Amino acid sequence: MADVTLRKVVKRYDDVEAVRGIDLDIADHEFVVLVGPSGCGKSTTLRMIAGLEDITDGDIMIGGDVVNDVPPKDRDIAMVFQNYALYPHMTVAENMSFGLRLKHFPKAEIKSRVDEAARMLDIAELVDRKPKQLSGGQRQRVAMGRAIVRHPKVFLFDEPLSNLDAKLRVQMRIEIKKVHQKVRTTTVYVTHDQVEAMTLADRVVVMNHGRIEQIGTPNDLYHKPATRFVAGFIGSPAMNFVPCRLEDVSGKLHIRLTDRISFPLPPARAARYQSVGRDEKLLLGLRPEHITEASAHPEPGVEEFETVLDVIEPMGMETLVYFTLEGAQICGKVNPNVNAQAGKPLRLAVDLNNMHLLNEATGAVI
Amino acid sequence: MASTVVIDKAAPTRSVKYGSMSRDRAWALRWSYFFLTLFAIFSLVPPIYMLITSLKSSAEISAATNPWWVFHPTLSNYAELLSSNQFLRFFWNSAIVSIIVVTITMLISVPAAFALSRMRFWGSATLATGVFLTYLIPDTLLFLPLFKMFATFGDWTGIQLINRWYVLLIVYPTLTVPFCTWIMIGYFASIPKELDEAAIIDGASWFQTLTRIFIPVALPGIIAATIFAFTVSWAQFLYPLVFTTSVDQLVMPVGIVTSLIKGDVFAWGQIMTGALLGAAPPLIIYAFLMDYYIAGLTAGATKG
Repeated sequence: MADVTLRKVVKRYDDVEAVRGIDLDIADHEFVVLVGPSGCGKSTTLRMIAGLEDITDGDIMIGGDVVNDVPPKDRDIAMVFQNYALYPHMTVAENMSFGLRLKHFPKAEIKSRVDEAARMLDIAELVDRKPKQLSGGQRQRVAMGRAIVRHPKVFLFDEPLSNLDAKLRVQMRIEIKKVHQKVRTTTVYVTHDQVEAMTLADRVVVMNHGRIEQIGTPNDLYHKPATRFVAGFIGSPAMNFVPCRLEDVSGKLHIRLTDRISFPLPPARAARYQSVGRDEKLLLGLRPEHITEASAHPEPGVEEFETVLDVIEPMGMETLVYFTLEGAQICGKVNPNVNAQAGKPLRLAVDLNNMHLLNEATGAVI
Repeated sequence: MASTVVIDKAAPTRSVKYGSMSRDRAWALRWSYFFLTLFAIFSLVPPIYMLITSLKSSAEISAATNPWWVFHPTLSNYAELLSSNQFLRFFWNSAIVSIIVVTITMLISVPAAFALSRMRFWGSATLATGVFLTYLIPDTLLFLPLFKMFATFGDWTGIQLINRWYVLLIVYPTLTVPFCTWIMIGYFASIPKELDEAAIIDGASWFQTLTRIFIPVALPGIIAATIFAFTVSWAQFLYPLVFTTSVDQLVMPVGIVTSLIKGDVFAWGQIMTGALLGAAPPLIIYAFLMDYYIAGLTAGATKG
């Protein structure tokens, strides 16, 4: 068990900078998820922690020791790969014990560790099978088992669930969380799936273009995104962005979306945005759940407007409604009992207490 | 549980035709059978002719009767050859040369292929192409300079290589190593990168990754390469003809030709028998390991 620290880590391939100087502190026992679109450098970062890629610049520390030039086998880490990477000619038990056998552990110790891991992962009856006789989910369990038996300082997961179907993915997600709650090994987990990131992580690291956009707990990222990228990446359906500007109407701060639509800001928000320039180009960020059907008794800070719906998507628990505002497609969530129909107008309410205001040029959340 | 039979009333009563696809396929099959039959005849006629001739006495061969029929079958050719010390010597020389060459080839080409396909050092791609290019130089061009080299080597060191069977242990690998390395590079390339990364993280050294992961996983490819190396060394004719001359140093292909043709007298019955017996070992190996051989040669094609 150990903490992992990255200091100004850079990875350069010939002329491409895949990772551009990232700083990251991962505490002992922590489950950290690196998330971002493909090509954002998250896998490269993980592979640098593993030692499978050299670092161009900076320092990586595991348990306080700088491991920049330490080969993977001496870093005391275990890694789970996307395509499982099980040794096809070995049985499940042999796969799991390979690392221990290389280190000449006593036979009894190996057996007890393999049995323990197999029991934990519910694959005890499969230990004599070869990988090709297993289903995708079972293979992933074996790959995790191979990591667990080593009792490493750090677990590294590289998109371990991407090859599984949606249902199995949800199930394995829970398995991974259970395993971490039991063994408490420091874990770095890479995924492009923000749902996986939110559900698994103690802290999420959102990466983009080789840089860290924001580090925070899942709730922090969701409710207090720092940038437009994080605001748009975390949450599904994604946050809506509408071009807007601020204006003063008879002494009160308003937000103007279109010629027709302008809302007074709730007092707390008005105070926060008072210093923003009135002619600055801004974006209003609103999550779909904060655009709902209008109610008979609106709460303070909730403003109403009417719009014609383009598309509706009944989801059962709620109905997603899509409409266009100033050229931007907007998604809202309404109660399924509301009579929402495509092509028909509907009166909607926006909850400005939960709004985000972004600078359109810099993408920063104000 | 009672089984139910569903009768589809709308099922067509005439035989089903699937349109142009099946017609194309039928024609493709007809052509395939036509050419396969042609090639089968083409390649099977010589061994059958050899078998027929090997069962004839010299008298019957020279009597110029129907060459495709044996009127007085005899095993005397087999008996004479198998009791001849000379023939057994050739067979023994061939066997020992081939086995050692196969061993040398595998010991060189498997680690070489592993290094070239996985260790990605400076110039490894160029080197891999270079290995293949050496295979393209025909032995008919190489034997003269090689002969000169061995002669000079003998003059300098006093170690005589020419006209010794073990000189073949040096020259045969020039044919087998490049091709086997090339086959193994292709085979290793089909093994996913994550497999060696997993092994490295598990604590395996490069050598352990090779012996404990790559060799077992690539076994079909290794067997294919082994068969190839064996066939090449067993059937090689030019090099032993050039480098060995004494009867006790000869391998079978050259031995049969030089010892059974005396001036203009051809012992056809024994030549054919010798050739048949000589073809047996590779045939037996192929028969047992055919599946591996095919799997090895097509690995790159199917695994992407």
